[in-house]
Amino acid sequence: MYAQMITSEKSSDDPELLAAFQARIDRGERIEPKEWMPEGYRKTLIRQIGQHAHSEIVGQLPEGNWITRAPTLERKQILLAKVQDEAGHGLYLYSACETLGISRDELFDRLHSGAMKYSSIFNYPTLTWADMGAVGWLVDGAAIMNQVPLQRTSYGPYARAMVRICKEESFHQRQGYTIMMKMAQGTPEQKAMAQDALNRFWYPSLMMFGPSDKDSVHSAQNMAWKIKINTNDELRQRFVNETVPQARYLGLEVPDENLTWNEDKQGWDFSEPDWSEFFAVLKGDGPCNEERLGARRKAWDDGEWFRDGLTAYAEKQAARRKAHAAE
Amino acid sequence: MSKKEWPLWEVFIRGQHGLNHRHVGSLHAPDAEMAINHARDVYTRRKEGVSIWVVPSAQITASSPSEKGALFDPAESKVYRHPTFYDIPDEVGHM
Repeated sequence: MYAQMITSEKSSDDPELLAAFQARIDRGERIEPKEWMPEGYRKTLIRQIGQHAHSEIVGQLPEGNWITRAPTLERKQILLAKVQDEAGHGLYLYSACETLGISRDELFDRLHSGAMKYSSIFNYPTLTWADMGAVGWLVDGAAIMNQVPLQRTSYGPYARAMVRICKEESFHQRQGYTIMMKMAQGTPEQKAMAQDALNRFWYPSLMMFGPSDKDSVHSAQNMAWKIKINTNDELRQRFVNETVPQARYLGLEVPDENLTWNEDKQGWDFSEPDWSEFFAVLKGDGPCNEERLGARRKAWDDGEWFRDGLTAYAEKQAARRKAHAAE
Repeated sequence: MSKKEWPLWEVFIRGQHGLNHRHVGSLHAPDAEMAINHARDVYTRRKEGVSIWVVPSAQITASSPSEKGALFDPAESKVYRHPTFYDIPDEVGHM
């Protein structure tokens, strides 16, 4: 998902405190920033929320790519608004993460040094306008699958950020789907572009949920802590079930010859994505890893003089006010 | 990395006229004026507010979770503070 492969950190805390903490979570209580929490819970959450925040920020890049080339002024405004939302989502999540005792600048450093990851999906290129449709429909659709249950996550600031994000996310998916509708109903060339976008984004979207984790100890711990609500397979199945009829409505073909309706499970059977590709992309060997991280680092470094300038101005103003008050 | 990190601000928004300002989240900004500008962009992109307050996070004093009992338990036994504690006969009518 936007946070993939989150291993859970071990806690070396007092077993009695740990049991009391778990009991609170089991009762459905929310954990708040200043309250006691196991070191493992705190560290795992920093990794998860941080990775989620980084994904929102890096996720602006593949779509930002098309702002200047949107086909109409209205589409340009919509895309701008969507990309601006992603920036907002990143900021809500960085704030939530900071309540765990790490600063935003430290999180940026860890992203830029490669110590922290962002979602694999943003390492794929957006080659045509139809990709803006596919990204909104599939990528934001997959994100919603994951984020809706996270509104009930045990950590208060994270849950509240999710509520805010989910409210805004539905617009993202719908604007993407309407792009796909327009393209699919257009000229044969436009429909072919829409099909091509679906072909390229289908498996990377399935990868967003991460490999099967139903037997993973990390997953079990994270689920006990309620910082993970569903297994990766559950969410992926839900996503496929919802998306296949939407693709059929568009008159497009899901690029999977094994796609068949399974009456027993009331869901679709489908092919697994190529997990070796997923691990390669996570390791840094995706088509756009260098470009994305390079753009992030450049934006941060090029903005340094400006951030420092505003700080210097604020300090000067504060000193002036102080001197004025002393007179 | 920049020499100095921008300080953190807590943001409060009045959603509609007549309502209280409510805490909505936090953000970084170099000074109060910029904090208001950022709050506009981060927290009111869909007309969520008619007024914004920003407060430096460092200026907020919070009660500590370990004092929760001492602070709030005393109110637990004071049921007579609620109107439902008093039985008023039906004949008296609505009160």
